[in-house]
Amino acid sequence: MKKTFKIEVDCAACAAKVENIVKEIEGVEDATVSFMTQKLSIKAPEEKMAGIVEEAVKRVAKADPDTIIYVK
Amino acid sequence: MTKKQKKMLVRIVSAALLYALALLLPLPEIAKLILFITAYLIVAWNVLFKAVRNIGNGQVFDENFLMAVASLGAFALGEHSEAVAVMLFYQVGEWFQDYAVNRSRRSVSSLMDLRPDYANIETEDGLEQVDPEEIEAGTVIVIKPGERIPLDGTVISGSSRIDTSALTGESVPRMVKEGEEVISGCINESGLLHVRVTKEFEESTVSRILDLVENSAEKKSKSEAFITKFAKYYTPAVVLSALALAVLPPLFTGIGQLEVWKMWIYRALTFLVISCPCALVLSVPLSFFGGIGGASRKGILIKGGNYLEALCQVKVLAMDKTGTLTEGSFSVQDTVPEEGFSAAEVLLYAAAAESYSDHPIAASLKEAAGEHRPEANDIEETAGHGVKAIVDGKEVLVGNRKLFDKYGVPCKEAENDLGTVVYVAVNRQYAGYILIADTIKKEAKEAVAALKREGIRETVLLSGDNKRTAEAVCRELGIDACEAELLPGDKVTALEKRMAGCGENEKLAFVGDGINDAPVLMRADVGIAMGALGSDAAIEAADIVLMDDNVTKIAEAIRIARKTNRIVYENIWFAIGVKVLVLILSALGFTNMWWAVFADVGVAFLCVLNAMRCLKA
Repeated sequence: MKKTFKIEVDCAACAAKVENIVKEIEGVEDATVSFMTQKLSIKAPEEKMAGIVEEAVKRVAKADPDTIIYVK
Repeated sequence: MTKKQKKMLVRIVSAALLYALALLLPLPEIAKLILFITAYLIVAWNVLFKAVRNIGNGQVFDENFLMAVASLGAFALGEHSEAVAVMLFYQVGEWFQDYAVNRSRRSVSSLMDLRPDYANIETEDGLEQVDPEEIEAGTVIVIKPGERIPLDGTVISGSSRIDTSALTGESVPRMVKEGEEVISGCINESGLLHVRVTKEFEESTVSRILDLVENSAEKKSKSEAFITKFAKYYTPAVVLSALALAVLPPLFTGIGQLEVWKMWIYRALTFLVISCPCALVLSVPLSFFGGIGGASRKGILIKGGNYLEALCQVKVLAMDKTGTLTEGSFSVQDTVPEEGFSAAEVLLYAAAAESYSDHPIAASLKEAAGEHRPEANDIEETAGHGVKAIVDGKEVLVGNRKLFDKYGVPCKEAENDLGTVVYVAVNRQYAGYILIADTIKKEAKEAVAALKREGIRETVLLSGDNKRTAEAVCRELGIDACEAELLPGDKVTALEKRMAGCGENEKLAFVGDGINDAPVLMRADVGIAMGALGSDAAIEAADIVLMDDNVTKIAEAIRIARKTNRIVYENIWFAIGVKVLVLILSALGFTNMWWAVFADVGVAFLCVLNAMRCLKA
């Protein structure tokens, strides 16, 4: 399944960085961060999604504290 | 301007004022230094804060850290004014990027401002405004003049002019009346309409278009992937060379001399200023975003930067005939009467005899003849041949050669490749013939010529129609190759054969009306669906969607793609070129920090300005 989140990311290079961080999380099939539309989308198996999102928020907060992921 | 931007602007301006005072006033050194430091702190405190915080997270190549080191290093070397300038201009650059990004976001979202706020439904107490998402298919909604059509549906009463420009880029309004479809996102201009909703909000044209445009940023182009990858190695490489530059040369040339160390450290610091890749990384997605936004303003929806990129490489364009190059409906093209008959007479007899038939040819005859037709009796229809009927007391034959052979009526052979010939006889005497054909769209010829001008090497017609008709259309429009009598499955095979003939960096695009072309649209490198307003299958299958059925939009889309791509490449090579050049000059000692500031901020500024041009498609 694919899920999209609103993300507040400050610069284009930061967006690329966040994208890589999320891609490296286990279980993620694909992830993209669009700096222009300020959106993060994650493709992953449904049962793992909740855990992945939690992990993404944690890792991103550590590596790039200015980026905020809005989890609905 | 956002609040954040306003605050930053105040900081930048006040720091700039203090900086100017320090430079211009004849103050003692210590006073100047205080002014410089104050200006520096005003403009740089957040960068310093982030730098310190991020080091704790192991972010060594963080741009905040780099800028902090570069400016503090310059301070330490006694280059006070340069230290402040570096930070000041860095912040100006950041601010400007922010502003530019916001502006293009706003201008794209305003053209995508199709989302309806409410729908009116009739209740006992008059009209009530309801959220369009809550309305089910089958509900009747009321659309007042000036309102946006909230959901797709069929008009059950009323007629009006509809402004479709937000969807199609077409500025001429369309008339709709009872029984016709209306599409969400358009504006009802003149009359009150009652519409029966056919699709719920999530399925409606507006939702689909918004979805498509919002998701387009996910499909990234190759150049975007390249530039993020480049940035990933660029910054560490430059920082490491800065380190090497600061340490290695003094070790060999003057290990004990403070002046030598100072000189090389200064050169290394200029490296750090140039090491930030952000502008470069930003300018690529900003360009594609602008290009896609600009195209959608013209009714050309592109599903991703990758397709915009592929479109530039299209060398072969395959086209469907019916509905794409032709109107897709039959009409009377010509009436050629025999001596003693008039064209109007021949047409009237034919239409009268065919008045009870539902065949498309009969329909086009009736349409051409108009409402006032004589009565026909004793109608005798022979399938595959034609009709015999009594009109005004005369026996009329309308049909093809076979019918005339059957009744032994001689008729002239009418040669025509484009369509169907209908012969007419009155009282067993040949009266003339009527040519019925699918009309070629009036802009089709110009569109094919425009494609050639945009560098398309070969145009190919893939048609299910008979060979003679297909070839005639090709001749008429100047299309290079023709493959006719293809069944839907054959089209994919024919397409694949053409794709195999393309060179490595050459792409093939297919244009169809999307009704039964979905497999071909999906198979092509770039699938372009046209006249897609309201056709879900086409929107789904295609990579690029033309909202109306104007063929000239294909060349337009290619032009936009070329322009966007050109701007992207200009930015990439300009930015990398200037940065590398300044790096080399700095290493050799020909430059100072001002050059570095230009290589960073100046380049960013120019790249962003250049990228903004994409919006004006």
